[in-house]
Amino acid sequence: MLELKNIQYDVEGNKEILKDISLKIEDRFVAVTGPNGGGKSTLAKIIAGIVKPTAGKILLDGQDITEASITERAKMGISYAFQQPVRFKGLTVKDLLTMAAGKNTSVQEACNILSEVGLCARDYVNREVNGSLSGGELKRIEIAMIIARGTKISIFDEPEAGIDLWSFNSLINVFEKMYREMGGSILIISHQERILNIADKIILIAGGRVEKSGSKEEILPELLSTTGSGACNMLLSKNEGTRN
Amino acid sequence: MDMIQKNLLEEVAGLHEVPAGAYNIRANGALDSRQTTANINIVTKQDKPGIDIIIAPGTKRESVHIPVIISQTGIKDLVYNDFVVGEDADVTIIAGCGIHNCGDQDSAHDGIHSFHLAKNAKVRYVEKHYGDGDGNGHNVMNPTTIIELAEGASLEMETVQIKGIDSTVRVTKAKLAQDANLVIKEKIMTHGTQSAVTDFTVDMDGAGSSANVMSRSVAKENSHQKFVSIINGNNRCAGHTECDAIIMDQATVTALPELTANHVDANLIHEAAIGKIAGEQIVKLMTLGLTEKEAEEQIVNGFLK
Repeated sequence: MLELKNIQYDVEGNKEILKDISLKIEDRFVAVTGPNGGGKSTLAKIIAGIVKPTAGKILLDGQDITEASITERAKMGISYAFQQPVRFKGLTVKDLLTMAAGKNTSVQEACNILSEVGLCARDYVNREVNGSLSGGELKRIEIAMIIARGTKISIFDEPEAGIDLWSFNSLINVFEKMYREMGGSILIISHQERILNIADKIILIAGGRVEKSGSKEEILPELLSTTGSGACNMLLSKNEGTRN
Repeated sequence: MDMIQKNLLEEVAGLHEVPAGAYNIRANGALDSRQTTANINIVTKQDKPGIDIIIAPGTKRESVHIPVIISQTGIKDLVYNDFVVGEDADVTIIAGCGIHNCGDQDSAHDGIHSFHLAKNAKVRYVEKHYGDGDGNGHNVMNPTTIIELAEGASLEMETVQIKGIDSTVRVTKAKLAQDANLVIKEKIMTHGTQSAVTDFTVDMDGAGSSANVMSRSVAKENSHQKFVSIINGNNRCAGHTECDAIIMDQATVTALPELTANHVDANLIHEAAIGKIAGEQIVKLMTLGLTEKEAEEQIVNGFLK
């Protein structure tokens, strides 16, 4: 179980990105949603150890990991799929999957994982993860790395961003399958109703605070009914102009 | 041949035993062993140190290994190797130089290689430089390569120099006739206070000729690298040169591409990028469980692969 206690994050000029976030991730599939600039990606980076909170504590299975490095947290079982995947000149898809799995991955194993994210494996396994891959392909490889790791907490930062509508359907299947088959908890930042719909729990973050938190039955109808208000606009705005 | 020499041979030529096909192994400034084939002759030069490698027209799928190894300190070796490749031949040439310097004197190998490819000949040339040793002596290598490509000939040259060589000045000059094609792929990693200068000059004289000069390098610690790539388009031709370098620590890298179009249909492009490893690349690999150092190693290894 992952627990955040009174997490606060300020940047220079005393701008508060996160004001006071306390939450427990114990459900299998938790969706975090909320307007752009609300602090969702920052929160994900704080959990992964990329950003250090100004105040507050992070506990993983009761152990305080607030001071743990990115590497230590990764080894403890936290995975993080970037919203904007990183390109590497020279490293291949198989290289990255091997590093993700932490063991030598056979071509067959790599292919199986790539097939799960809807990539025709043979065409990709030896491709370099460089500028020759499209944004959608990179996103899928990013997700494939998380599947290869199979850790107890998997964080996805807007996996739908940059994926075309046709691929989106298969992406939903990927997450449904992950939900069924992966042992750990999935924390997914998303604006997509269909992704929120799979979630056991939905957390609405706005203005650096947890606005609402509860089961999808409680939260989703409310989010969808407030047409014209901030919450629904947020749901409709799939393309984030600014990134955290 | 002793263990040190065998190790050097494996590093530069990937050879555990004597290779199949033609070969000429030079050790500590003298001929160690040689084998010729029906199509490939190797002849010792009479007027100066070195060999002529003569490949008969039409020779297909044969290879020549010509490694040079130096395991004594203070050896200054200078050789002239001429490759004469006949019409329509298609061969692989594997050269390489390994120095193991455990003394305190400088060891040097200066190889002057010239390639004369006849019409439609095709050569893949692989050259690997490697140095080690625990003494204070420097390992110095200054290879010069002269390339002449006749009509329709093509040469693909891959050079690799990973650590170990303290000082190198590589000079490569090529002249391309009609429809000739030249591809050069260079990979360099320097560390310590090493210095590596590579200097390419390509003259595309023939119509329809093309050249692609690519360098990927990593400069670590206090080392310095300089990449000079001069491409002259003297006819209808296509030329591309690319330098992609990662700098680390206090290393310095200079990239100096120079393109000259002397013909209206010369199409020339240069690209040069120098920078440190992107922070997000390291962070990404750390989220996969690698330490910062391991992440750096993976990125560098991948880059030079």
